[in-house]
Amino acid sequence: MANSSDPAPRRRSASDLLNLLGAATAPLRQSLAVSLSALGDKAQVAFARNFDSGYDPSAFNGHSPRGEGGITVRNLSVRFGERCAFEGVTGEFPPASLTAVIGPNGAGKSSLLKTLAGIIRPTAGEVICAALARHRLAYLPQQDELDRGFPISVAELVALGGWRNFGSVRELPDGLAASVCEALAAVGLSTVMDRQIAELSVGQFQRALFARLLMQDADVILLDEPFASLDESTTEDLQHFLERWQREGRTVVAVLHDLDRVRRYFPSTLLLARSPIAWAGTSLSLSAENLARGQKALVPPEGGRIGRVA
Amino acid sequence: MGFLISPFESFGFMRIALVACFALALANGPIGTLLIMRRESLGGNVLSHAVMPGAALGFLYAGYSLAALTLGGLLTGLAVAGLAALTARSRPQRQDSNLIAFYLVSLSFGVLIVAARGSQADLMHVLFGTVLAVDVKALLLIASISSLTMLVVAALYRPLAVESFDPAFLRAVGGGGGAFRAIFITLVVLNLVANFQAFGTLLAIGPMLLPAAAARCWTHKAWPMIALATVIGMVAALAGLLVSYYANMPSGPAIVMGSGIIYGMSLLAAGRMRLKPTKLEGR
Repeated sequence: MANSSDPAPRRRSASDLLNLLGAATAPLRQSLAVSLSALGDKAQVAFARNFDSGYDPSAFNGHSPRGEGGITVRNLSVRFGERCAFEGVTGEFPPASLTAVIGPNGAGKSSLLKTLAGIIRPTAGEVICAALARHRLAYLPQQDELDRGFPISVAELVALGGWRNFGSVRELPDGLAASVCEALAAVGLSTVMDRQIAELSVGQFQRALFARLLMQDADVILLDEPFASLDESTTEDLQHFLERWQREGRTVVAVLHDLDRVRRYFPSTLLLARSPIAWAGTSLSLSAENLARGQKALVPPEGGRIGRVA
Repeated sequence: MGFLISPFESFGFMRIALVACFALALANGPIGTLLIMRRESLGGNVLSHAVMPGAALGFLYAGYSLAALTLGGLLTGLAVAGLAALTARSRPQRQDSNLIAFYLVSLSFGVLIVAARGSQADLMHVLFGTVLAVDVKALLLIASISSLTMLVVAALYRPLAVESFDPAFLRAVGGGGGAFRAIFITLVVLNLVANFQAFGTLLAIGPMLLPAAAARCWTHKAWPMIALATVIGMVAALAGLLVSYYANMPSGPAIVMGSGIIYGMSLLAAGRMRLKPTKLEGR
């Protein structure tokens, strides 16, 4: 996975950068960590619960066993005031499954994904997901939800994926720079690692976010339109990661628009139009009859055609 | 070069004002940069007006008492921040007009309270501040807030920055999102109260936002941005104090005007650089 040509100089520049990131505040953080350990057990537990519950160095670099990765939802509904985002979703994303969520615009796909990720609280029903409670769930937002002008470098962005190895206040571990390099090489971004994210193209930025996902090493990976407005070669490159994650036993759920892509690569599909139309194997879910029902469920202009090819 | 130094040599109040402005700039650099990074300049502006009614009430009860003004401003500032967090959750789409309505109401309320008890001069003092009237007690307060701010930002910069860039990510990895947001807003209110001592309620946000906005024109990197914002804040303070001394003008507005001029020049210079093909093109 690591690039064979000359990893040494790049590795050095990455570690320089990360050192710089930590250097200014390292003594302070260290003393904060030390004073934390000097605090009583109760205070420590309270601090960890509120600020630092994701710190878990025992899980370093994927040596931890893969946990229960599945998600079960029961009669899940979300409303924003008067407006219903989606309702009555019941079913299971089994461990090590690769599922596409597809449906017309305004069908509640993104809201469903955010609810699974614990970002939106459900109005009714429940989500049962062990990975979420253990902070082993990764969520890739739509690109326009992130501020591309934010002053952070590519290496720093990717390094955040290793959060459980350093948490809020601790020093960065030694192996971090090397694993950042590895993740960046895997997505083909080694040459731009010292750039600011504002300087990346849309495709490069998405690759960087995938590198952060690699670093996160999560049991459940939720992706909101991961291939939107990407060129063909980037899409193909990133598609491979979805299959690889499934092979590794992770649960992958992706919101998509491209029916052809779903038919070709995704074993199972949830067809959503406010309420679930079908949730089964892809060929079964995407039958002509189901697609027609999905389109009828949301009348224009609120709803549109499902996907680009129908 | 003597004219740069002699006012500070001759007058104690000029020295205290300069030290106060430098202390403020040290904290305003990181806080202003973080505010701009979070795209919450408007929210910060509104919070600065939330300090007004509390400070006015403090004035009503105790006159020019540092403790009363500070405590009152701090209380209403924090109360409004908490209130804003609650309403933002229920209906985000109305947020803009809510903020403006709130800012107008609290400004009018504050002015009415001060006018009921005090004179025109008191009103000007609360609205625009008087850098030159900062005494040693106020200076100590400003320096304490500034030190505390720098310590907290240094220790918690990582989660504070991540929380503003990608809050969903921070929650997913168990970084505790809401707690850091609350810490940051508390820091903002604290620093607004500190700035209020010198610049008054109308201008308190100025020394915080303008240097950071100017710094943003020059760099995409966080630490250089913070450092540059601090330096710009100090330069503007020095220039503003000198102008106000020699031209006999109000010092607070002169300092904010100084930052404003630097911001304008930065916009022009950075815009001109962007017209030419820069290193960004060399992908």
